[in-house]
Amino acid sequence: MITADRKPFEEIKESVKDYKKIMVLGCETCVAICQAGGEKEAEILASELRLAFGNEGNKVEVNDELVVRQCDDEFMADPAFLEKVKEADVILSIACGVGVQHACKFFNRVITDKPIRVIPGLNTTFMGANIDVGLWEERCLGCGDCVLEKTGGICPIARCAKSLLNGPCGGSSDGKCEINKELDCAWNLIIERLEVLGDLERIKPVEMYKDWRSSYSGGPRKRVREDLRL
Amino acid sequence: MKSGSNLERLLEKGEFVVTGELGPPKGPDVDVVKKKAAMLKGNVDAVNITDNQTAIVRMSSIATAKILIEEGLEPNMQMVARDRNRIAMMSDLFGASAFGIKNMLCLSGDHQSFGNHPEAKNVFDIDSIQMIYMVKTMRDDHKMICGEEIEGDFKMFIGAASNPFADPFQYRVHRLAKKVEAGVDFIQTQCIYDMKRFKEFMKQVVDMGLHEKCKILAGVTPLKSVGMARYMAANVSGIIIPEEIIDRLKGAGKGNVATEGIKILCEQMQELKETEGIAGIHLMAIEWEHKVAEIMEKVGFLPRPTI
Ligand code: SF4
Ligand code: SF4
Repeated sequence: MITADRKPFEEIKESVKDYKKIMVLGCETCVAICQAGGEKEAEILASELRLAFGNEGNKVEVNDELVVRQCDDEFMADPAFLEKVKEADVILSIACGVGVQHACKFFNRVITDKPIRVIPGLNTTFMGANIDVGLWEERCLGCGDCVLEKTGGICPIARCAKSLLNGPCGGSSDGKCEINKELDCAWNLIIERLEVLGDLERIKPVEMYKDWRSSYSGGPRKRVREDLRL
Repeated sequence: MKSGSNLERLLEKGEFVVTGELGPPKGPDVDVVKKKAAMLKGNVDAVNITDNQTAIVRMSSIATAKILIEEGLEPNMQMVARDRNRIAMMSDLFGASAFGIKNMLCLSGDHQSFGNHPEAKNVFDIDSIQMIYMVKTMRDDHKMICGEEIEGDFKMFIGAASNPFADPFQYRVHRLAKKVEAGVDFIQTQCIYDMKRFKEFMKQVVDMGLHEKCKILAGVTPLKSVGMARYMAANVSGIIIPEEIIDRLKGAGKGNVATEGIKILCEQMQELKETEGIAGIHLMAIEWEHKVAEIMEKVGFLPRPTI
């Protein structure tokens, strides 16, 4: 899933201060699960904004709405919902960065008589997993050429601070990474895992240079499935 | 000959070599480099030039190495994978070679979060082991990574680091073996204080015959004070300082700690010289360059051999 954190309240407030009609738009998928941008968070943010502006004697209307996924047209096409979008001065989206951009593009495509302004209320962080109650960790950088098969299912690109393909570096100590004692050394985990699997031989040959073209380094990526486009 | 550097030729001759280390200044002050160089000249066989060590911005290792050559010393240019992608690495290596730099050390590099610009974006395009292979391909096959021919003669004696004190311990020797497989010519180890663990490591190295495929230089650093020893043991990952060494420093009493530190160092250097598989010492007397002559004299490693 994609994880995110809510932006500091003051930053959000500053970003919407010039508008009279604000729609806080939550997203019911990833950011709801990581409790940053779901239904409850949208309601709380809307009431916090109402309160803050109200205390300043600033007459602002703040509503909250929710869609299943802001990264998908299908969930935002309801005409009644689009009417509300059109009425708002600004859409404060608390989806991930993908949702913010997609909602913006979609609204401006279907609503043609007025430009729709969509701004973010979250800082999108990473692709990760919910490890424990209240704990999420990064797991994948979307490098486009997965090596997990060689590394015991532990990603050296996303989880080693230096993205080493022939680790561990000389800073690995007691199973922890040199940059932070709270962080597991990915290569220590890889070796432990491969030992259990009896596969340690796999990492003995030198792993050659990675071709980063499949990653973000190759420029923003597009995925085309011709068979589905026909 | 791989590069014909002084370091390579001495090692080939079977001499017990000693390399030193010089940290460039945090600015373009050439005099700092010259002063440190003068203290090391004639006392060591080659001098490592650190590459923005601990991610603190300093004069580039390539420029500092060039100044050293002008001063009549032989540099061992360090290069880290943190700040350069393969394009910049190969380009800098051509430049280094054109300047007459003949030794280099391939390193991953300390993460930028340790340094004075933790906000920086890092690179880590290729890692230190791939860097070794890249330099070897450039030297032996006259080719860049992409396979294009290199114009002119590229010579380099290729070094890398090994840390027997990092974890997981049982895997460290295999990582060294990977460096050998990638084509490393010499290795400098992390500072050794825990002689027992180091000897265990060297036994594995010798059993695997790695010392016959590359030259291994044992890393040492003098301890100047009890505080420094404690700080290093606690904060520098991959350094182990046994309590008995700290006790010896403490026991030396006020005013004598530094002398005791040098005494310990000289004993370590002697012991390492007798250790199977060790071809030399890498003496890292960082910000203590003025003590190098004294240390080398005390341990009986002067004068340095010539070719
Ligand atoms: S190797 Fe690449 S695709 Fe696979 S988990 Fe890591 S970053 Fe993701
Ligand atoms: S300590 Fe481990 S995770 Fe951290 S940079 Fe080194 S190899 Fe990677």
